[in-house]
Amino acid sequence: MFIVNFLSAFGRYLMLMGRTFSIPERWRMFLKQYIKELSQLGVDSIGIVLLISFFIGAVICIQIKLNIASPWMPNFTTGYTTREIMVLEFSSSIMCLILSGKVGSNIASEIGTMRVTQQIDALEIMGVNSASFLILPKILGLMTMIPCLVVFSMAAGFVGAYASALVGIVSVDDLTIGLQHDFRQWFIWMSMIKSFVFAFIIASVSSFYGYTVEGGSFDVGKASTDAVVRSSMLILFADIFLTPLLS
Amino acid sequence: MIEIKHLYKSFEGRAVLTDINAIFEEGKTNLIIGQSGSGKTVLVKNIVGLFEPDKGEVLYDGRNFVKMSKREKVLIRREMGMIFQSAALFDSMSVLENVMFPLDMFSGKNEADRIKRAKFCLDRVNLAGAEDKFPGEISGGMQKRVAIARAIALNPKYLFCDEPNSGLDPKTSLVIDELIHSITEEYKMTTIINTHDMNSVMGIGENIIYICEGRKEWQGNKDQIMTSTNEKLNSFIFASDLFRKVKEANS
Repeated sequence: MFIVNFLSAFGRYLMLMGRTFSIPERWRMFLKQYIKELSQLGVDSIGIVLLISFFIGAVICIQIKLNIASPWMPNFTTGYTTREIMVLEFSSSIMCLILSGKVGSNIASEIGTMRVTQQIDALEIMGVNSASFLILPKILGLMTMIPCLVVFSMAAGFVGAYASALVGIVSVDDLTIGLQHDFRQWFIWMSMIKSFVFAFIIASVSSFYGYTVEGGSFDVGKASTDAVVRSSMLILFADIFLTPLLS
Repeated sequence: MIEIKHLYKSFEGRAVLTDINAIFEEGKTNLIIGQSGSGKTVLVKNIVGLFEPDKGEVLYDGRNFVKMSKREKVLIRREMGMIFQSAALFDSMSVLENVMFPLDMFSGKNEADRIKRAKFCLDRVNLAGAEDKFPGEISGGMQKRVAIARAIALNPKYLFCDEPNSGLDPKTSLVIDELIHSITEEYKMTTIINTHDMNSVMGIGENIIYICEGRKEWQGNKDQIMTSTNEKLNSFIFASDLFRKVKEANS
């Protein structure tokens, strides 16, 4: 039964994506929607990304210095490890998990409310491809903004690490040497590629749950929760496959 | 003109519409009436293509909508306007943007002309001055009027109204009915109104179809409805004390 339900939902998801990825009827309207989504999904998320990344960067630095670093290890270990954690996993995967909560629930509840208040029916009656009009700008908007968010997250994490250095937990020089030690540019690209995939998962899965909601406000709430849970699970699965593939 | 021939629709084996035949005339307000759950909304949704009928034909001026390709359906939908029970205005857009939306999507006019047309439609429904308000800031009656303005923005040939008076006071309902009626005559549209409001029936019912348990039970106009001998129709109309007394007074 579970497999049948899964395959049925996956089939409906693919059909919805088929309708979504079509040429917009009016480029002017598409661009208007796209710019709105850049702001709503991307720019509005910058604050939370900076805040979380700053504190996580500081905490990673403190944890490593106090609990892992020892006289047997080089002084730059703390900065080096902080950088690797931030660049390789936190700023792409964990940040996208956090964003799936904020952005995913936003998308699912917005589209779900439009569904139950017949706004999507109104679009269909007018002859508008509602899936393409509503979902495509969200997917492309989030995928455009995610590299910026990843870079902001990395930068805020390093600033957080320096903040812990300023209060004397670690020396600024050691931290700087650690952050620069054996730097590989590919890791930044890897992080961005992963975040592109995660952004697609967040926007498309959340849109699917919102678009297919039936009922009232209770069902919109449920769809919103389902969207967050399923997109988080898919991000974790995708991470498992992408990490060895890109390393 | 819209014609329905032998239309059937069921959900999970339960018949909701059975062998519906009807003609909805151009330039007239055609009403579909019936109790809640009788299948009125399902019928309208089949006509506009939100549901696919199990069997039967829906003819728009002789063009069979059921057999059309997706592309053809999209084109014919641009000749339709619809007013939903909940008005279904776009929350994130102002009143003017809501009315401009179909123009933005489908008209080749420049922005100044689109704004001019949207303001004309708002003026037609007596909403001049409310352009910058958002749907959440206006009353239910005003929302319905914005929905009417949006529906007529592209000069549609067919207008559908799903319980346009639902949730409105009797006076505002009268205004909405009169507005739909006058717009129908003015633009020579084929208008189909789905309602169970007897005031609408007696006010603008030029062609009325009564649906009971998914079947068409009666067809006539507002003058014939009070003298009908159809038992099911009478039990629906004269469920209200007011109409029973009107009938007694007339007889």
